[in-house]
Amino acid sequence: MSKGRRGDKNAVVPPAEFTSYYGRPIVKASPWEHDIPAYLFLGGVAAGSSLLAAGADLTDRPALRRTGRLGAVVGLTLSMAALVRDLGRPERFLNMLRVVKVTSPMSIGTWILTAYGPFAGLAAASELRGLLPRRIRTGVLGRLLGASGTPAGLVAAAFAPAVASYTAVLLSDTATPTWHEAHRQLPFVFVGSACAASGGLGMIGAPLSEAGPARRLAVGGALLELAFERRMEQAMGITAEPLHAGHAGQLMRASQVLTIAGAAGAALLGGRSRTAAAVSGAALMAGSACLRFGIFDAGQASARDPRYTVVPQRERLDARAPRATSTAPAKDGRSPVGTAQEMR
Amino acid sequence: MSNSFYGPLDPAPDAGWRDDQPRKGFFTDTSVCIGCKACEVACKEWNAVPEDGLLMLGSSYDNTGALGASTWRHVKFIEQPKSFGHQDAGMAGTAAGPAMTDVLNRTADSALVGDRNALGTDHSGLALLGQPVPPAKPAPVELGMPLSVLPGAADGAQRTEFRWLMESDVCKHCTHAACLDVCPTGALFRTEFGTVVVQDDICNGCGYCVPACPFGVIDRRVGEKGVTKNEGIAQKCTLCYDRIGDGLEPACAQACPTQSIQYGDVDELRERAQARVDALHEQGVHDARLYGHDTHDGIGGLGAFFLLLDEPEVYGLPPDPVVTTRDLPEMWRKAGLAALTMLAGAAAVFGGRR
Repeated sequence: MSKGRRGDKNAVVPPAEFTSYYGRPIVKASPWEHDIPAYLFLGGVAAGSSLLAAGADLTDRPALRRTGRLGAVVGLTLSMAALVRDLGRPERFLNMLRVVKVTSPMSIGTWILTAYGPFAGLAAASELRGLLPRRIRTGVLGRLLGASGTPAGLVAAAFAPAVASYTAVLLSDTATPTWHEAHRQLPFVFVGSACAASGGLGMIGAPLSEAGPARRLAVGGALLELAFERRMEQAMGITAEPLHAGHAGQLMRASQVLTIAGAAGAALLGGRSRTAAAVSGAALMAGSACLRFGIFDAGQASARDPRYTVVPQRERLDARAPRATSTAPAKDGRSPVGTAQEMR
Repeated sequence: MSNSFYGPLDPAPDAGWRDDQPRKGFFTDTSVCIGCKACEVACKEWNAVPEDGLLMLGSSYDNTGALGASTWRHVKFIEQPKSFGHQDAGMAGTAAGPAMTDVLNRTADSALVGDRNALGTDHSGLALLGQPVPPAKPAPVELGMPLSVLPGAADGAQRTEFRWLMESDVCKHCTHAACLDVCPTGALFRTEFGTVVVQDDICNGCGYCVPACPFGVIDRRVGEKGVTKNEGIAQKCTLCYDRIGDGLEPACAQACPTQSIQYGDVDELRERAQARVDALHEQGVHDARLYGHDTHDGIGGLGAFFLLLDEPEVYGLPPDPVVTTRDLPEMWRKAGLAALTMLAGAAAVFGGRR
């Protein structure tokens, strides 16, 4: 029953009056740990890398292809480990494959990963066949691996964009205010972030002569991410506040600085100096990681503060039917009393 | 399928049940709740729900905290400087100092050590609730009693009106249940009674239902691996699925001594609730209103709905909840568009010069 507490001092919107039950949260924050934003980042890196690898394969850029294929499989493996670790009952992971549910972004995501993973793995295995003993490499298995690299890489690339974008739906399809209210722009923010990070990885792993597409993907992705993140915040109203407050705010600011600096570095110097390209690429990857952790933390914070649940809903109600000021009972049984002021 | 995400519907047939079971639910009439917590106890007893912390929270008589994996009924207490209808608490005008409400609320806030906003979240709240001794003692608060003189006699302030709101909260068994829709394993399912139940042996504890619930009901149970029952998996009210299948009332409704918790066919309960709210209005309790009875609300109506005496947020209920899956078709469209943008972008970057 405490009234609207003073918001964070970093808040951009003045705290609105609202009523709550002893300041306690209404919705529950997800029980997810930082495995989940780590997965969001790594999944994005994997997806973008598969696309770069497929393009590099088709345009004869072997070093970029290798970076992409290996980046994809490492990102994917770490992703899966993070996802399983975050379950309350990790040993029941396979229960995810009992059903296919379009209403559950996690179910669809599991199936997307199930489709994408083996092909990304096969493409990477084909890349690494040089490490096999000579006898096997030149045998049937080795030749099969060699031949399957391109088709497997193309199939993985076909699934990759879904890997990068579904994670936005995963967060948005909740009652967590900051995640849900971001649902119109978040998929674009996330694919932009994935392109920036994977492009950054390509710039680190491939020589200047091959890294042109990685640079362009990185810069384009960074611009897409920055533009849509801005639009997203403008559309979110009060629920954008947690993106600027506390730890989440620090991460979001860091993400912006790193992404802008990385993109500028990639565009201006990335084609001239390998060192500058690698530094810019690393900045873009770090910016993408900060973005995922920032959005995750902001959502968790928005669930823990009843303000972000109550205020937008109350505004919606009041816009629909302004509360009467007389003492007569409203026709629909709703009470004319109970403004935040009266609660004192 | 067209109406499956939003709007009124009968959930059991929509989920594929063919036998004609009427939808079952609760009508919780808070105007007759006396805050005895018999419902909480009966629920724990019948469902063998483990203990989840024994701490005095200092929020009036609410020492339960919030609904969670191990709290399926939660009685809330709200103290207000208002009168209940025409009822006279006999306090107005007496020289008894200012209303205690503010002081009590401040005490309650400071009594919760650590991040008080973590309360009610099973995974982080247990650490808070489970502390046998608070690590940092809250600053002492002057409660104004006991005194050797009449309270308030010194400053001449007069006591205000007073009323006490109590509400037994529970899972709402939504018409459009977000927890059920987002569950990736099918562990959460719709019963033939239109209720929503977790299958303990299927749930893998992904935790997705927890942030999906617009009321903050369901949670993942924390505890000792292999010791605590159903540790690591999502838990909530089953509307006593094992009892109602045998024609019994849910434990909480059976234990309720004032019929504040009424169990039955949802259609009939809605009529009963409307009659009750009309009667209260006639008796001068103008702030009585129903919550969750309207099938055209953002959830398609609640299977467990309430008669409240103040705005929903006063009770810690969302004032205008909307099931998150209402927007899911748009989310998938946007995600598809974003994926195509990424694919096109990747194709474009290879189109240029080397």
